[in-house]
Amino acid sequence: MAHALDRYITEWTRAAQFRQHRSEALARTREEALHRFLSLGFPTTHEEEWRFTSVAPIAERTFTLAASPCADAAAVNVAPFRLAGALAAELVFVNGRYVPALSRPSALRGSRVESLASSLAASDEAIESHLARIAPFERHPFVALNTAFLDDGAYVRVPDGAVLQEPVHLLFVATNPPDGASIMLHPRVLVELGVNSQAAIVETYAGPAGVAYFTNTVTEIVLAENAVLDHYKLQYEGLEASHVGATHVRAQRSATYASHAVSLGGALARNEVVAVLNGEGVECTLNGLYAADAQRLVDNHTTIDHAQPHCGSREIYKGILANRARGVFNGKIIVRADAQKIDAKQTNRALLLSEDAQINTKPQLEIFANDVKCTHGAAVGQLDDEALFYLRSRGLSDAAARQLLIHAFAADVLNRLPLELIRAGVEGRLKRQLAQALPIAA
Amino acid sequence: MLRITNLHAGVGGREILRGIDLSIDAGEVHAIMGPNGSGKSTLARVLAGHPEYQVSKGEALYEEQDLLGMDPESRARAGVFMAFQYPVEIPGVNNAYFLKAALNAVRAARGEEELDAVEFMALAHDRMTRLGVDEALLNRPVNEGFSGGEKKRNEIFQMAVLEPRLAILDETDSGLDIDALKTVAHGVNAMRRADRAFLLVTHYQRLLNYVVPDVVHVLADGRIVRSGGKELAFELEEKGYGWLEAPVGG
Repeated sequence: MAHALDRYITEWTRAAQFRQHRSEALARTREEALHRFLSLGFPTTHEEEWRFTSVAPIAERTFTLAASPCADAAAVNVAPFRLAGALAAELVFVNGRYVPALSRPSALRGSRVESLASSLAASDEAIESHLARIAPFERHPFVALNTAFLDDGAYVRVPDGAVLQEPVHLLFVATNPPDGASIMLHPRVLVELGVNSQAAIVETYAGPAGVAYFTNTVTEIVLAENAVLDHYKLQYEGLEASHVGATHVRAQRSATYASHAVSLGGALARNEVVAVLNGEGVECTLNGLYAADAQRLVDNHTTIDHAQPHCGSREIYKGILANRARGVFNGKIIVRADAQKIDAKQTNRALLLSEDAQINTKPQLEIFANDVKCTHGAAVGQLDDEALFYLRSRGLSDAAARQLLIHAFAADVLNRLPLELIRAGVEGRLKRQLAQALPIAA
Repeated sequence: MLRITNLHAGVGGREILRGIDLSIDAGEVHAIMGPNGSGKSTLARVLAGHPEYQVSKGEALYEEQDLLGMDPESRARAGVFMAFQYPVEIPGVNNAYFLKAALNAVRAARGEEELDAVEFMALAHDRMTRLGVDEALLNRPVNEGFSGGEKKRNEIFQMAVLEPRLAILDETDSGLDIDALKTVAHGVNAMRRADRAFLLVTHYQRLLNYVVPDVVHVLADGRIVRSGGKELAFELEEKGYGWLEAPVGG
């Protein structure tokens, strides 16, 4: 293992030559994070948080930091992953690096939607006061690793009182390296919403199907009082890829945060959402939809930390697992001692389409206040045979009937995605994926 | 149209049908009556192709085809329809979407062109108006949250849209108020045609006040013990099913 980690020191040293900005504070943070990563090492299944998810596919492979600047980045075909529809801005990153030629930056007055590297080059103090502070890396090796390589990504700032009518799209695409190397990328996203502001932000992660690459992403979100954010994360990585992503949110009084996490890609996908409801009256919604087939693994870990009174949270995660796919769901709900009058509801359901598919699911309630309402429910099931027969008895083929029922299962979450253009995109992608996972003649 | 010979079938290794012989010609309406547990619903489900039921002996020819060898969707596409005794609730599946997909699968099998959304809605609207079915049902998930009467009306509505050649109604009249019962009866009567047959599985004679059958069969203990004209239904209503035991047992 020590030898494997040495590789990251080499890459870290090499990364210095790509760097576009020279903040000393950040340089210290990076170095600290590297040391933290080296001492933590990759997690093993002996650790409770990683009990069902082996990261061996990452730990045992040698990844190279994507060359930068990527020579032919502008020629990469990102069209399939763009969002069709009116957008406030669309930033495109190829192998973790911002590509202006493919991007449409924001033309909105007062708001900033830009590459993190350029924001850092301007040594903005506001950024440094939040960067790497919302997502702590002391106990999390992947966040530490991302922080050690922190360099580029996206910075979104919506000022007090501003309302973005159209969504912001942050598109991260990995490409097939010509030399056959396995690349890694460590993008960072920082989002700051001012008092009474409102936005919808979509992160998309995508890449080629046949190669093993490693995306290790961290998103930090700061919501000021009364801010409203709809946050989508669409994980469409290539089917051989490893994706580890952590979203950390800190919400102030009366803010509204909704996470819509869709995870359809990757051989190994770990999605973490940690929301700290750090003021009274924060409303938090976590919607999750995932699907996997073959021998893929998709792991969703969520934490909602109700740190103040009168907060509410609604969480629903649904997963579809075919063939020998495995799912992991761990939903932690924390209610702090003084956080009275909390209303928290968690639901997670998995649909297993084969005998060999499996899910490990665990709700984790840590409640230290006494006047709270917390409910959670988990259900694992197969397709309903009676429903299947009913549909077939009207003339639908077995395959069409199955698809209809699977779609109905997913619709419950799909219908909670407020943006129609996202809903349609996810729906189409899910449909195509299921058609491949269930190769039954229509 | 349908010719059943010495049909033995059951579920979970337990034999329920123990030698059914039944012939239904095009244009006829047959009623099957019998006490609980006599095998009425089993017969309906076996004919529709419910995968839980196993046929151990005998055959059923539908228009000279081996019905029992066909999967459920092939039977539906060939014109067989069963109205469920307990229609299944399917959350998340829109009733109109489902029925349009079903109709187009059936039409494709008949060599007819598929209907687009507008054509389908026009057809659905026409059938609902004729049957007096609430149009709101169309845009709700299949049977979800429907009252008992709404579920049965929805079955008859589906039948009217799919226009089967052999319609099997599995206790569609059970648990209905008189209005819903009239909807069901009206739906059947309106669809009676020289090239279409009905098999009405019923526990009560009441439906037969509104739909006059050509033949009534009495099923007991997995066999048809008597067949006759519509007057047989009145006899059963009067005497109950108890009197059947004697001639069969003796």
